[in-house]
Formats: sequence, C-alpha cells, structure tokens
Amino acid sequence: MAMEQILELLQEDGKLTPKQLSVMLGEDEGEVAKAIKGYEKDGVIKGYHALINWERTDTQKAAALIELRVSPQKDTGFDEIAGRIMNFPEVESVYLMSGGYDLAVTVSGRTMQDVAMFVQKRLAPIDGVLSTATHFVLTRYKDGGVIFNSDYEEIDERGSNLCD
Amino acid sequence: MIDYDKLVNPIIKKIKPSGIRRFFDIANEMEDVISLSVGEPDFYTPWHIREAGIESLEKGRTRYTPNRGFAVLREEVSKFLARHYAVEYDPMSEVLITVGGSEAIDLCVRSLITPGDEVLIPEPSFVCYVPITEMAGGVPVTIETGPENGFRLTAKSLEEKITPRTKLLIMPYPNNPTGAVMEREELLEIAKVVEKHNLLVLSDEIYAALTYTKEGHICFSSLPGMKGRTIVVNGFSKAHSMTGWRLGYAAGPREIISLMVKLHQFAIMSAPTTSQYAAIEALKNGDGDMEHMRSQYDMRRRLIVDGLNEIGLKCFEPKGAFYVFPSVKSTGLTSADFCERLIYEKHVAVVPGDAFGPSGEGFVRISYCYSVKHITEALERIKEFILELI
Repeated sequence: MAMEQILELLQEDGKLTPKQLSVMLGEDEGEVAKAIKGYEKDGVIKGYHALINWERTDTQKAAALIELRVSPQKDTGFDEIAGRIMNFPEVESVYLMSGGYDLAVTVSGRTMQDVAMFVQKRLAPIDGVLSTATHFVLTRYKDGGVIFNSDYEEIDERGSNLCD
Repeated sequence: MIDYDKLVNPIIKKIKPSGIRRFFDIANEMEDVISLSVGEPDFYTPWHIREAGIESLEKGRTRYTPNRGFAVLREEVSKFLARHYAVEYDPMSEVLITVGGSEAIDLCVRSLITPGDEVLIPEPSFVCYVPITEMAGGVPVTIETGPENGFRLTAKSLEEKITPRTKLLIMPYPNNPTGAVMEREELLEIAKVVEKHNLLVLSDEIYAALTYTKEGHICFSSLPGMKGRTIVVNGFSKAHSMTGWRLGYAAGPREIISLMVKLHQFAIMSAPTTSQYAAIEALKNGDGDMEHMRSQYDMRRRLIVDGLNEIGLKCFEPKGAFYVFPSVKSTGLTSADFCERLIYEKHVAVVPGDAFGPSGEGFVRISYCYSVKHITEALERIKEFILELI
C-alpha cells in the first residue's frame, strides 16, 4: 500500500530521493530504492523529465492537437497506424479516443507553419487516415498537473494573521 | 484633551499584543524569505465546497440564518461528531454554529466565568485563552507542560493547581504550538480529577482531524462521565482548509449552549450565511478531502521531524496539528535570538516558543503547512545556520 504511494509522490515531484520518500512513508530506505528500481525495470516508471514553460524562454514552440479519423485495419485494428504515427519525433502523444474521432495526436514544432506542414506532408497522406482536424494551442494554462499561466500562479497570502 | 486612559477598559488596555508581530514585520521587509511560521493550511478549500458557497450566492441566499445556524448544518455537525468521534449531540439544543472556533471559545468562557473564577490553561498553548479569561474577569492559572512528558497534561500537575475557585479546565489538544495529543489512559486520569473537583472542561479540538495516531482523535466528551461537563469546540478551518470562511461550532450541555446562544445572538446574530452553505457541503461530501489532506500533512510531518533531528535540533514526535516544536537549547540561544538570527542570516521565519507562554522558552514553533519542496529548502537553510553557529 505504502509502496504504491511512491508512484503518486514521484509523479508530483520526480526529484524526491529514496531517503526522503522512505522518511515520508515510514518505510525502509533500501526497500524504497528497491521498489523504484523494480518500477523502472517493469516499465511502470517510464522516465523523469522537467515540465518546462517554453513561453517564458526565447525558444519558439508551437503545439497542436490533431483529431484523426482513420479506418481500422483487419487484425491489427488501430495499433498499426498508431505505431506509425508515434514514430515521428514531432509527435508528443497519441491517444485512441471514444466518440467523434479515433486518434488524438499532439504535435509540437518551432512554429505553427512547421506543425501545419507536418500534418499536411506526414500525417494526412498515411494510408488509412480519412481526415485530420488541427487545433492549435494558444495558451497552456495547466499541464502535467502544474499551472503554467502566471495570472493563475499561486501566491501565498498567508502570514498576515498575528495570532494563529 | 481627552484622557483615554481613564475612559477605556483597563483590563483590555493591559493585554499585551502578540509576540509574533515583530517577526512578521522583519519578514515582510525582506526578499527571498522562506516562512515556516503560519498557522493555517496551504491547501485551498476543496472546489466542491467553494462551489456550494458560490451557488448559494448565485441563488441569492444572502440573508441571516437562525441564530444557532441552519438546522441542516447543525444536523450535519451532529452526524459528523458521531461518525468520527462517537459522541451524540442533539442538533436542535446542543449545537451552536459560531464565527470560527475562536468565537466559541470566547462565548464559552464568558458564559461560565464570573470575576475571580480560576481557569486552568495548559501551557504552551494557543494565545487566546489567557486574554479571553481576563476579559471575562476570570483568573488564568497556567499549568506548565514540558518535553519530558511530550507536552501532555498530567493528572498530577492538574490537581496541584486546583483551588476552591477553580471552575474551568481548558484542554487544548491536539496542541498548537507543540503538536502534542493526549493518550487515552492520561485522559481517563484527567477525567477523574475533573469529576472529583466538580470542574467544567472546554475542549478545544480544532485540530482533531489532524491526528496521526493509530487510534485517532479522542473527543473529551466521549470519556465516561464527561459529556455533561464538556463543551467541545471544533470547526472547519483546519479540517477542511476553510480558515477565511470563519466558521466553527460548539457542542455541549443544552444548559450551557443556551447561554452561549444568548451572547452569540446579541454580538454576532448568526454566522456567515455563505460559509454555512459551504460547510454543509464540506460535512456531507468532504470526508475524502479531509483524509487526503491529513495523509499529506503526515508525510511532511515525518520529513520535517527527521530533518530537524538530523540537523541536531532535538524534537519529540508531534502526533497532531501541523507544527513541530524542536528544542533550540543545544545552540545556546534563546528562542527569540534563535528566530531573529535565523531570519536575518538565512531568511527563514519560524516562531519563538515563548510567544505561547513562558514554558515555551527554549523551543521554536515550526509549521509544516507548506509543500515538500518548500520544507526541504527551509531545512537546508536551517542546517547551514546551525553549522555556522558551531
């Protein structure tokens, strides 16, 4: 039970050390380190990376959500076509969806033009892709559980009360 | 010239301002201050609770409520107390909704205390009990607690302070600033003394939901024979992260609650309506949030206790609230000097223990209602500070 909590804590802050985790959960440090190794080996933990707000840098980034309608293949269904799409480094995520379309693909590039070209030249021509609808991201308010838009960032207003 | 000294109430004029103020003033003038000083949750009020408040406003529910608070809220309070602490209160006659736990404390003391009555107050504790007693004309009698007993009240030290004028015992557990909680055997001993000397008890249980023991919080009125002698004070600020909504409650014998209602109806009329709507939602659907926040605090508690002990600031394990109360005696500094140098040299704000009574000298109150990242950074700075002292 407590070991499962390791995942939740790491999902929130990937920089927590086994020592810190063991103290917080009241578990043995060695056991925690072993569990993390196990999760990494079994592919439960797929990696650790920083959440970067590119809007605050000089680097240009554009991102879009692309709705794809595709015709499923005999035997392999959607898997084959999803496999082809996710091989492109421009593609950040691929989800199979219920509802009005089949695959939701997020793509990032340097400019909107780059992203548009990628859809037009790479995604749309794939065999089995029936249609694409590209929605550009205008602002990221929240991503990966973290608030990005500075207007909504948390301000600690506490500390004005003198007898709490 | 008007000589106000002759016109104002001398009892109130004599009350000293809180000792915490000076540190806030210093902290406010500095940049890059990491504070571990506040006494309120960092969690926002859960969204479904805020939404219930908003919805009540949209519907125009902006009028007074009954003096005692909405009947449905009192019913939910009664169910909550039964569900979590196994105590039964009649929502119609034994529950009063107040403006925070603080108002309930004030009403209770004023309803019971006549000039010259003695009120027993374990110390260190929250800063309001002594002035509220004095304002009622009562005599505050403090009972020192210390680290040798984990800052818990013992029956022996209680009995030593009882005189024929003793009327009321205040039980501030889980304790601010020490984080101490009482154990069952000790409570049973205290109850015997209360019975023997015919005392009443004001049990301030505002931190009840933040108890980290296996058994969980023990409500004082659940002890044998204590229901008729106890006024339980609790509220929404700490359990549901609702400090700014200013809502609490008292539960106790109808004979005492009815007196508190009289004071409340003339001074306050009724607790804020919007807050009462939000609180109904909190009690109906908020147990999960409460448990989530408790487990988050619990993890931070372990982290900070471990960190402080490693640094060499000895601290006993607090089992409740969201404070640790380490000793700074090993540094050779007084509480005030420690806090002042820590904020000037490392920009970390903590509260000197003597702000909560003279027996808090030699300790500091450190709050862990902050993120793990914030706590880790603060511990690093405290460590540097200690290393440079040696």
